[in-house]
Amino acid sequence: MSAAPDHNPTFAEVTLMQRLDKALPVLLIPLLVVIGLLAIGNPSSWLTLTVSGLAMGMLIFAMASGFTLVFGLMDVINFGHGAFISVGAFVGVSVLAWLGTWTEAPSLMLNVLAVLFAGIAAMGISGLLGWGFERVIVQPVYGAHLKQILVTMGGLIVVEQMIHVIWGPNEIFINRPEMLKGAITFGAVAIEKFRLLAVAVGLILFVAMRLVLKRTKIGLIVRAGVQNGEMVQALGYRLRLVFIGTFIAGSALAGLGGVLWALYQEVVTAGMGEHMMVLVFIVVIIGGLGSVEGAFIGALLVGLLQNYVAFLEPKLALISNIGLMTAILLWRPQGMLPVVKAK
Amino acid sequence: MLTKLLSGDSPRSVILSALLIAVLVCLAFAPFLFPGVRALETAATICIFIVLAASYDLLLGYTGIVSFAHTMFFGLGAYGVALASTHMGRGFDALIVGTVAGAVLAAILAAVIGLFSLRVRAIFFAMITLAVASAVAVLVSQMSGLTGGEDGLNYKIPRELTPAFKLMDDKLFGVRVNGKLLNYYLVFLASFALVLVMLRVVNSPFGRVLQAIRENDFRAEAIGYHVVTYRIIATCLSAAIAALAGSLYAIWLRYVGPDTTLSFEIMLDILLMVVIGGMGTIYGAILGAVLLVLAQNYLQDLMEGAVPAVEGLPLLPELLSPERWLLWLGILFILSVYFFPTGIVGRLRKPRA
Repeated sequence: MSAAPDHNPTFAEVTLMQRLDKALPVLLIPLLVVIGLLAIGNPSSWLTLTVSGLAMGMLIFAMASGFTLVFGLMDVINFGHGAFISVGAFVGVSVLAWLGTWTEAPSLMLNVLAVLFAGIAAMGISGLLGWGFERVIVQPVYGAHLKQILVTMGGLIVVEQMIHVIWGPNEIFINRPEMLKGAITFGAVAIEKFRLLAVAVGLILFVAMRLVLKRTKIGLIVRAGVQNGEMVQALGYRLRLVFIGTFIAGSALAGLGGVLWALYQEVVTAGMGEHMMVLVFIVVIIGGLGSVEGAFIGALLVGLLQNYVAFLEPKLALISNIGLMTAILLWRPQGMLPVVKAK
Repeated sequence: MLTKLLSGDSPRSVILSALLIAVLVCLAFAPFLFPGVRALETAATICIFIVLAASYDLLLGYTGIVSFAHTMFFGLGAYGVALASTHMGRGFDALIVGTVAGAVLAAILAAVIGLFSLRVRAIFFAMITLAVASAVAVLVSQMSGLTGGEDGLNYKIPRELTPAFKLMDDKLFGVRVNGKLLNYYLVFLASFALVLVMLRVVNSPFGRVLQAIRENDFRAEAIGYHVVTYRIIATCLSAAIAALAGSLYAIWLRYVGPDTTLSFEIMLDILLMVVIGGMGTIYGAILGAVLLVLAQNYLQDLMEGAVPAVEGLPLLPELLSPERWLLWLGILFILSVYFFPTGIVGRLRKPRA
């Protein structure tokens, strides 16, 4: 019989860097904001840009959260996620047009109600579409990444073309509801009202999502499923149902993001989903595939950086995101907050 | 001799051999078999897309990596020739410099993207290439001073390759022997050579390692192959060949623009060519390219013709209009991935049960 191996436990204090490890990505946001202030110089335009950057980030987060959760939970890469963004935007815009009397009325109450209804309709239709998409397109290709990418890309194109068939080939211009037009001014600072609304909606969404994920039983199952799906199934939970639910919720959120983005840009095109997916990919990769917090931080970084750079050097705006992604992947190749998978 | 030329990868099916020989003969004698400008344009496009699709197959079919930046590399080659021809003046030296510069740049860019994404996870590659490719497309249309923006660039190629250059005064089998004919044969022979080179690559020990990685990367790593290196080399090779195809396209068209080289639609076409033809068989890319280019050039007319026939019906005219071509491609794409994953070549090669 051989002797037991030596066992020398060491007790080392956790270093400052190790403690900071989780918090570092969060600190990037204030860092970027401060750098932005230094680079821009003018505090009033800086504040305007920061608010619009935050608004953009929140909207991108709404679109990216579903994508990243679906990946984390079921290892499914859904390139068709952009379809839900477009469909949500078109449905929302149709609803807003239909509620024309409400959006034109100079009453904040009616205006917000109209946007609310548009958002609900968009979420409903996008969620429904997500359910169908999952059934028809994604389900037959579980576990095969290559096929998933190909098939969901095909699905994106089909949905995009169907939008052309239903809503016509041209882009649709929309007006924001009466009371959400224009800006609030404090002295020299002008902040568009709609951006404030977008930031508010995004914050509510993030807090609600965190509460659901951290405080409820379903959230517990989802988080456990991301870490170790097999074990969750072994404990008797039907992970497939949870997954479908997540997929539908994610699609619905993408639809909501689509409506708000349409109001933000004041125009909708069938290609907007595909366009936004580029940003979503960047956000999800720098955040760490599967991580909701990572996606949130990533979305804010992308939104802020894009607005700052667009102000300083307009032509570099798109490249700046690629640069950000490159820098973060050099720092943390798995993304900022990678999901730890149990093997 | 023949097996050596094909690098020992014979078609292994009578029908497939017949089809390939038919394609080869038709393309080799296209100017004489199918007179007319449009037919020649189609034949040259087929040659170039065969190379482009086959180089994509190197990546998708043999290495198992999905890239959405293949049109970007294609465009690099095309813009290389265009920019060199614009700035260096008319001449073969400009064509050569542009071609080489485009191919080298494409390989370097592919290596950089590969280092960033393939090092971590192969699936990152699909997302990062999509992001980079769309950024490049926007950049090209914005930097109109250099690239001509949305309008693209028109430039002159050496006179020997244009219709103005007469080689013989008489017609040969009723075809004018001019620079255009020379240009076509330049495209054809270069494409033919590139396809043979790719066959050589995929049937070399290197190609076998790529296939091993596609089947099981973990095991390939365990046997001792450095998976990331192999994947990156495959990416670079594929990008360089795509750039060469782009250069050929630029020489043939005497024009480059975002629509002809960088658009997402072309990316989709390439994907479809490879998937329908059969992934992981260079021959599949050949058949896929022929089918799709022919369909694109002639089937769209048919769709246009069908619109009046369904005039009164709801929705159908919308669905059949040539602008909805992509819709049908998308549906075809999904169906072929599900029900036809091995493509035409896979079906033809399958031994009868």
